[in-house]
Amino acid sequence: MTQLALVIDLNVCVGCHACVTSCKEWNTSGWAGPMTDQRPYDADPTGVFFNRVQTYEAGVFPNTETYHFPKSCLHCEDPPCVPVCPTGASYKREDNGVVLVDYDKCIGCKYCSWACPYGVREFDEQQKVMKKCTLCIDRITDMSLPESERKPACVLACPTRARIYGDIHDPDSEVSVAIREQGGYALQPEWGTEPSNHYLPRRKTRIQIHEDELVRVDNPLKKEALPTLPAAGETLDDVAW
Amino acid sequence: MHPAFSVIFLTTLIGVGQGLFLALYTGQLYALANLLPAQSSDFYAVGSMVSLILLFAGLIASFFHLGHPERAWRAATQWRTSWLSREVLALPAAMGLIFLYGTVHFFDLTKPLFVISGTLPVDFSLIIGGLGTLAVFGLFLCTAMIYASLRFIKAWYSPLTVANFLFLGIASGFMLASAFSAYQGNSLVSFYGTWAVIATLFGLLARVATLYRNGRFRCKVDLKSAVGVHHSQLEQKAQGFMGGSFNTREFFHGKSEGLLRLVRYLFLLMVFVVPVILILLAYALESETLPLLAFGIQYLGLILERYHFFTEAQHPQNLYYQSMA
Amino acid sequence: MQDPTSRSDSDQGRVEVKETTCYMCACRCGIRVTLRDGEIRHIEGNPDHPLNKGAICAKGSSGIMKQYSPARLTKPLLRKQGAERGSSEFEEISWERAFELIEGRLSKIRAEDPKKFALFTGRDQMQALTGMFAKQFGTPNYAAHGGFCSVNMAAGMIYTIGGSFWEFGGPDLDRAKLFIMIGTAEDHHSNPLKIALADFKRRGGRFISINPIRTGYSAIADEWVPIKPGTDGALIMAITHELIKQGLYDRDFLIKYTNSAELVVDDPSRDDHGLFRRFEMHIEEGCFDPENKLWWDIDLDREISTHTPGVDPRLMGAFKLEDGTPVKPAFQLLKDRVEEYTPEWAAHITGIPADTIRRLAHEMGVVARDQKIELPIQWTDTWGNDHDSVIGNPVAFHAMRGLAAHSNGFQSIRALSILMTLLGTIDRPGGFRHKAPFPRPIPPCPKPPNSPEAVQPNTPLDGMPLGWPSKPDDLFVDEDGEAVRLDKAFSWEYPLSVHGLMHNVITNAWRGDPYKIDTLLLFMANMAWNSSMNTENVRKMLTDKDEDGEYKIPFLIVADAFQSETVAFADLVLPDTTYLERHDAMSMLDRPISEFDGPVDSVRIPVVPPRGDCKPFQEVLIELGSRLGLPAFVKEDGSRKFRDYPDFVVNYETSPGSGIGFLAGWRGKGGEKFLKGDPNPRQWEMYKENGCFYHYELPKSYQYMRNWNRGYLEWARAHSMIRYAEPITIHLYSEVLQRFRLAAQGKWPGRIPPQRLRKRVEENFDPLPFYSAPLEHKLVDTHTYPLNALTQRPMAMYHSWDSQNAWLRQIHTHNYLFVNPRTAEASGFGDGDWIWIESPINKVRCMARFSEAVEPGTVWTWNAIGKAAGSWGLSPKANESQKGFLLNHVISEELPPCEAGDHMSNSDPVTGQAAWFDVRVRIYPAEAGEPEVTSPQFKPQKRVPGQDPKRGKWQAFVAGAFRKKAKIQE
Repeated sequence: MTQLALVIDLNVCVGCHACVTSCKEWNTSGWAGPMTDQRPYDADPTGVFFNRVQTYEAGVFPNTETYHFPKSCLHCEDPPCVPVCPTGASYKREDNGVVLVDYDKCIGCKYCSWACPYGVREFDEQQKVMKKCTLCIDRITDMSLPESERKPACVLACPTRARIYGDIHDPDSEVSVAIREQGGYALQPEWGTEPSNHYLPRRKTRIQIHEDELVRVDNPLKKEALPTLPAAGETLDDVAW
Repeated sequence: MHPAFSVIFLTTLIGVGQGLFLALYTGQLYALANLLPAQSSDFYAVGSMVSLILLFAGLIASFFHLGHPERAWRAATQWRTSWLSREVLALPAAMGLIFLYGTVHFFDLTKPLFVISGTLPVDFSLIIGGLGTLAVFGLFLCTAMIYASLRFIKAWYSPLTVANFLFLGIASGFMLASAFSAYQGNSLVSFYGTWAVIATLFGLLARVATLYRNGRFRCKVDLKSAVGVHHSQLEQKAQGFMGGSFNTREFFHGKSEGLLRLVRYLFLLMVFVVPVILILLAYALESETLPLLAFGIQYLGLILERYHFFTEAQHPQNLYYQSMA
Repeated sequence: MQDPTSRSDSDQGRVEVKETTCYMCACRCGIRVTLRDGEIRHIEGNPDHPLNKGAICAKGSSGIMKQYSPARLTKPLLRKQGAERGSSEFEEISWERAFELIEGRLSKIRAEDPKKFALFTGRDQMQALTGMFAKQFGTPNYAAHGGFCSVNMAAGMIYTIGGSFWEFGGPDLDRAKLFIMIGTAEDHHSNPLKIALADFKRRGGRFISINPIRTGYSAIADEWVPIKPGTDGALIMAITHELIKQGLYDRDFLIKYTNSAELVVDDPSRDDHGLFRRFEMHIEEGCFDPENKLWWDIDLDREISTHTPGVDPRLMGAFKLEDGTPVKPAFQLLKDRVEEYTPEWAAHITGIPADTIRRLAHEMGVVARDQKIELPIQWTDTWGNDHDSVIGNPVAFHAMRGLAAHSNGFQSIRALSILMTLLGTIDRPGGFRHKAPFPRPIPPCPKPPNSPEAVQPNTPLDGMPLGWPSKPDDLFVDEDGEAVRLDKAFSWEYPLSVHGLMHNVITNAWRGDPYKIDTLLLFMANMAWNSSMNTENVRKMLTDKDEDGEYKIPFLIVADAFQSETVAFADLVLPDTTYLERHDAMSMLDRPISEFDGPVDSVRIPVVPPRGDCKPFQEVLIELGSRLGLPAFVKEDGSRKFRDYPDFVVNYETSPGSGIGFLAGWRGKGGEKFLKGDPNPRQWEMYKENGCFYHYELPKSYQYMRNWNRGYLEWARAHSMIRYAEPITIHLYSEVLQRFRLAAQGKWPGRIPPQRLRKRVEENFDPLPFYSAPLEHKLVDTHTYPLNALTQRPMAMYHSWDSQNAWLRQIHTHNYLFVNPRTAEASGFGDGDWIWIESPINKVRCMARFSEAVEPGTVWTWNAIGKAAGSWGLSPKANESQKGFLLNHVISEELPPCEAGDHMSNSDPVTGQAAWFDVRVRIYPAEAGEPEVTSPQFKPQKRVPGQDPKRGKWQAFVAGAFRKKAKIQE
């Protein structure tokens, strides 16, 4: 079975929010839209977003690390939000593992959001139904698009290419290789929800310079050694015998 | 969690209704065993009606929780997996049986159908009451399991939640039955009062155990696991938005610790202490009004208790929504 | 719901796809805009575009909300009769009336004294046109925002290596092994840098970020080196000290390609002290370095003509020429200079441990030396030597406003350029790479006018409004040595202010210093808010009146697409279009989007019709130019020459028959030429067919070492990108600066600075970089004001134009002051508390947010999230004005009175770069009971006629159905 997912590389994410608004832009006019905004030009504007980028700090100055952390639905293999839905509006697709909500069936009880430990479902306060990341289901399955564009909007937008998309059940896919080789991990693995989206950790490159590597035989300073000028005045050659 | 008043009313109202029905049926069983004087059919019919009204009020309250109540019927379809769906089935089942139970009594359809062992006459009301009792217990289970099955919310994920819903529902229902009896001027006041006190004490045990448990556990996951950065000092700076979102509205109560402490003391007093004292007083003074007062205070206390129940629940999603910048 | 897999977006309504160029920031990515039923469905990156390769940022994707923003201006507006300026009371007028008003006013000014008209523009990317308009009008009072942006970066690097970061060049991260980013926030060179940085990290490159703050790009650095603001020069020079001490410099590169080995007269008693010793040789005067200087030959132990084949010159030592002149190689002077700049010395200043400084130096030096790249690319240098390969020392740098926005920034950036040079990384693989039209001569050829005579009634300006002085005689001063320009650019106060000093225009015009003006035209510059320093007072100046009741700045025209704070102060408002509604040219004459591998320019082509009566500012200028009869805009008979801007772009040539126009691609009658060629009537169509950009990829052998690459330079000359195919020798030692210093010392035969500025010029025009604390730090009490305050642009609001944007403002709704917890503890407040931030000139109330990612001596905030109440189409209750704050109120546009003058700009004394980041502050908690809103507050700005009706509580955007629902007028 196919399980589509994102792998998010925290090693290169600079927190630019491109994935946040490209998602909003695609989906608000797409199958999963609209993504309603409340008080768009007033105090405390709020609205539906399927994807958020958060910032964390680890450590104490000067040993501080700053992390940018994009988060959207993880499309769990065992999604706890699905069985609790009383109407079947919340479902996981058989063909590609994407977790979706059928707005026409949703009664807006919000119970699915209670059952999600990741806080990635967003209730549309105007439309009164639960909404969530669809992995741009209407892009990735739209065969009228060229293959290079059958990807979630966030993946196409990401300037650092920190979002990789593919089938994590295919061991040869780019996502599977990335998870395997770069230490991909899942969020809150304790619950056994088996999130399909994975994260790649920060990696560090260091340079070790040994002291004896600093000065090489061709050190340019040697060129500047004083010239061997003929000495002025007497030398021992002149006065010794 | 942000306390949802629709759900607070739903669970407390149907709890009382269910408890009241159980009280009626218990009364009938005792009467059958001649441990209590038999009551008129009106007593059961009116009592069932009151129970039904409470369940119905609860149902109405629940509709306020829904974004699309017009589609509520769809909620019956997923009973295989969803406790919420099961509740949606159990509630009308219980209501139907209670309605039948009241109707049977109202029309005095209590001629024994057969007699077991020559001593136990079985009539419609006994069978329907028995089925109703099963439905009511089932409903208690479904309602409580909606919360107790959420394994991410550790404050709720416990048999104590079921015990809590069950005992407090029974306690408040018996308390109402006692008040109802007092109002009717029959002799069941102290019987119901005593059982109400017993249920209240069981409820107290369950609630205190819950408070104790919730006061000391640690969530299974922490920020490190939530983000996957295993650093001893990890702090969120920006949650990614600043004007609030569903995730900050639904899962945070936003109430001060002081207010919650006040609510805690109040509900402990109002649900457990005051009603028991009032019932004892009523017993001593043979008051007709004190049981009513006891119920009233306990019910208000239950609203506070359920409010507190929501605020006790720490949702792990909150780890992701701690700071804005 | 319909099964999503059976649904295709292309079936939903009438779909059109158009390509153009983004302008949500100045990055200029290629975009593909999909329309549904005439409304914008989505905007995505153009995968074929060389700049962004399909990527798009948070802003780019939010273009929809900009297009349909309720802050849009749609009608020309005139301040209501009797209404006070600033009260935002306007009446709608027709364009004809607006043009008549301007024409009447400007033609009078032009006939009397053209400099009474000042045109200043924000980040417009159309300086080719605006600058040309100003020149044609005859006013010198023109500049764009560069003076308050990063002119130090442009000037410091161009005066040293002939190119600069961003549009003009950048780090070659494709091949670098070590990348040092210093003083760069999340903004500059937005998407391309993000793309390159991520690829660089993935390849295992080592990334070091030197910055007081760790956010954005710095977050993913392998190492963060926190530094105290304004001390970058000290760090760089300590690294230089260590590199020279260890011999970790590229000697061969320095000798061949820089003036390191050239001999400088070293006798303070002589008038030519500090100048290169030149031997007699007739050289045609031009803007290039004549090859008439000397080396000291190691073998012969005597002076010899530079670049004599087979000669190995000395970099160090002190010598006497045959004629007895004492000389030193420039490199020796640098070595002498950095002698005292030890890592220990710098540790004290920068807050970076000496061992770290040494390690940084060793990493740079060893990687550059030991991990050399050799590409099998043959090329020939300007001295005729053939090379079989191109060598690269893979250490790359990027720097921006963190270095630039300090009053010592020019010299810090000179120091950085020299560090990059010592490592041998200029226009080499893995190092710094130029982008066409750079490299250019040091300094480039265009010069500002050099006397007040250049301004004559009804006559174009004699010279370019902005240029590159190379000696005191190029300054634009009067007989007393005082400024001719309103902003005092190119005067002795800021001699190399190559981008002007827009930040002082309003203050100077208000004070009438150096003179009063009549009309100020501001385009896309929010001078009543985030583009001004000392904003609260600047707002007062805009409404201040003379004794006779006239406004001190008599007439203010504001051209903008949105209801900015500045609009409220306009007498006349000209509604501009958005980037999706107009033609634009990212011209080789201004700031193109070239790549390392060759010139690229691009255009915008409208994808939607303009809203209301808004009109592209370009069309306004062409109309005005035609009406005023400015020579370039009219035919000989005085009739209009260009139909509109697209027509202008195609047919305008810099001079008749020059073959150089705004666009470089598809020139010549049939589009067969590039860079130079006859106008091509189908040029726009050809751009359109090609994704709206033109990219010429240079032959590989022309892609590197361009300062000295004969093939490239001759190609560039043949295509009129440069005037001379002469080597562009790196100015490790800047003789240009020394000329100004000699003038200050009275040793220059030409102009000398006024007495009050002598010391300042002498000190700052040091031919070698030096470290000196920022001016403000020396003039204010740093004990009372112990902290530095900085601003950065968040990536999702890079360039700060987007508080109006319904999506972006949810990400940054208001700003906090970020404070290290230790600093906050000392000041006695907690995380999230209301505090005051106070400088010597003003104070601002704001909210604090703790952060461990900031150096404890620094506080910072996201810039320009805070807005004035009621502006930008926002409700007066919006968080932007109630909780958001503008740091600019506490930043002074002028220095405290000092020897150099009472009203010196708070700017770099060399370039006039606004020293935003020099500001010193103190912070303390707000009193209990103070209102929990930011201070200062301003009376809410009123909506103007033509703005959309107030939007409702809900906004659900669905392309194709939105405008009707939201009652947006067409």
